[in-house]
Amino acid sequence: MTYKIDPRGYYGEFGGAFIPEMLYPNVEYLRKNYLDIINEPAFQKEFRALLKDYVGRPSPLYFAKRLSAQYKTNIFLKREDLNHTGAHKINNTIGQILLAQKIGKKRIIAETGAGQHGVATATVCALMGIECIVYMGAIDIKRQAPNVARMRMLGAKVIPAISGSQTLKDATNEAIRDWINNPEETHYIIGSVVGPHPYPDMVALFQSVISEEMQWQLKEQTGSPDPDIIVACVGGGSNAAGAYYHYLDKENVRLVAVEAAGLGVDSGESAATSVLGTKGVIHGSRTLLMQTEDGQIIEPYSISAGLDYPGIGPMHAHLIDSGRAEAVSVTDKEALDAAFHLTRIEGIIPALETAHAFAALDKIKFSEKDNIVVNLSGRGDKDLETYIKYLDEQVDK
Amino acid sequence: MNRINRLFQNKNKDILNIYFTAGYPGLNDTEKIILALEKSGADLIELGMPYSDPLADGPTIQESGQVALANGMTLKTLFNQVQSVRESSEIPLVLMGYFNQVMQYGEERFFKKCAEVGIDGLILPDLPMDVYESDYKKMIEDNGLTISFLITPQTSEERIIKTDELSNGFVYMVSRSSITGAKSDIENQQIEYFNRVNAMNLQTPKLIGFGISSNETFTTACQYANGAIIGSAFIKALPKEGAVESAVEGFVERILGKVSNVV
Ligand SMILES: Cc1ncc(COP(=O)(O)O)c(C=O)c1O
Repeated sequence: MTYKIDPRGYYGEFGGAFIPEMLYPNVEYLRKNYLDIINEPAFQKEFRALLKDYVGRPSPLYFAKRLSAQYKTNIFLKREDLNHTGAHKINNTIGQILLAQKIGKKRIIAETGAGQHGVATATVCALMGIECIVYMGAIDIKRQAPNVARMRMLGAKVIPAISGSQTLKDATNEAIRDWINNPEETHYIIGSVVGPHPYPDMVALFQSVISEEMQWQLKEQTGSPDPDIIVACVGGGSNAAGAYYHYLDKENVRLVAVEAAGLGVDSGESAATSVLGTKGVIHGSRTLLMQTEDGQIIEPYSISAGLDYPGIGPMHAHLIDSGRAEAVSVTDKEALDAAFHLTRIEGIIPALETAHAFAALDKIKFSEKDNIVVNLSGRGDKDLETYIKYLDEQVDK
Repeated sequence: MNRINRLFQNKNKDILNIYFTAGYPGLNDTEKIILALEKSGADLIELGMPYSDPLADGPTIQESGQVALANGMTLKTLFNQVQSVRESSEIPLVLMGYFNQVMQYGEERFFKKCAEVGIDGLILPDLPMDVYESDYKKMIEDNGLTISFLITPQTSEERIIKTDELSNGFVYMVSRSSITGAKSDIENQQIEYFNRVNAMNLQTPKLIGFGISSNETFTTACQYANGAIIGSAFIKALPKEGAVESAVEGFVERILGKVSNVV
């Protein structure tokens, strides 16, 4: 059994390309060509060089001594927060901008939640001199203001999505509509392992550099390339997909997927898709999503804009549905507390998304000799306003 | 025989297909609009199942869907309304919606229910043709429903042939690369596309949709296909509250050129 994509574009029963005809020519072109383009030696050479010299890879694998001592185990942090632009998102945008150039596209669109993917897209567009339009939910524009400013400085046009819950789902809808209206010149850089095939696999491949490095870094530091457990937060699931990728078919490595429970899984204000979701189609892919009996998509909620999404990528739907990965849900408050804890014990301010992964350490079982990798998907500069507000509230109490 | 196939047997040009969202503007307007459309001379009705996340639709249809959902529209209510209107109407009805809605209802149960209440055909723009062929073709045919797939200016010749093979009500010719409700004159580039498709001599009738909004665009579209589909412009013409009948009749008369386009 493999947990990677099958030749039809599915992970088990999840995936596929459920798209209107208007999108078909572009998506079909990608489907037919993405592997050939990515695997070309010249493409790989350029991709690897940019990851090294521009992004700053390899990202360190840091043994978190004090955190490990406290949890009585061995915790390694994969430092994606140290990448240029501050998150894992740029691994994917570097790959996709090179691909867009190869296929002759002159205009880039993207959706963003936390703004990290928007910034990473605006960055590579500036680097290549290509026009960039980013759709972002109106609510996210407010709660991730520093990233909006960065995108504007980089020359991208940020367009608010004002429909629905005005968050990531709606930004994705608007980006898809833009692509329908502008099929010829435009490439859509999706920011996570979601969307119609081949996007989930393409984004996972670009992010797989994370686990590729983990293998040799762990070997150096522990003597074995395999950790016992990998923990990552899941919005759409791209940082998790990258951290799991080379371990997907090694069943001795436990995979933990951390979702945002918002105010609590049963509160009605949540984004814990694997608990609350059922099988359906969202953004062109058959996966798990939060929906009513009538198939209307339910507006999710999380304090973290990057996890505030009613679906998960089809790879993760399959991993969780088949029991290969464990899903853990973490509330807003647990994530906030974990962010402060990590900051004060290791001197690293994580993104709110990433903080969910650290909160999961209180919820999973492990032993003293286990080697656990937590994917530190991004840094928390963009979330300082939220953090400081929380800090002030604690002080007031 | 299915009402859609019967329509095309009796009439092969100037077919007016009107789209509207069920449950808009009022929950109980669905039947009134269907009856008024039939009375005023529409040939075919595309009934939209309101959806939370309609990817291929522009703001007008999106908003009508939001209003319909807020009005309490559900598939159950929609099927009840269709069943009830069938007591007094024989106009062909095509149900249009997104595949997730069908999946959640249960595909087989959905198709059966459509046939039972008097739906004649389906348009599911995000159901891929290959999935249709392998999983649903037989179910849909066994229930006597037609299905229409879409072609666009970017659709390859090979794929147009496939669309023609698989569509059995009509082929939905999307007039331009856009979401619904976009700007509304027909340009030379589109005419070239219409001519290109016409030269292929498809076996299935064709209706042109997207951006058709006036007597002029309707008439032009009818020169290049068996008829045309109007959605956003019709929804815009409906009053947000109050009686819908006179607005429906006035709209159809304007489109068919029975009165001047100037209101
Ligand atoms: C730092 C960080 N981590 C995680 C995520 C969630 O996305 P994904 O699940 O695709 O990794 C985001 C999304 O914005 C992010 O910015």
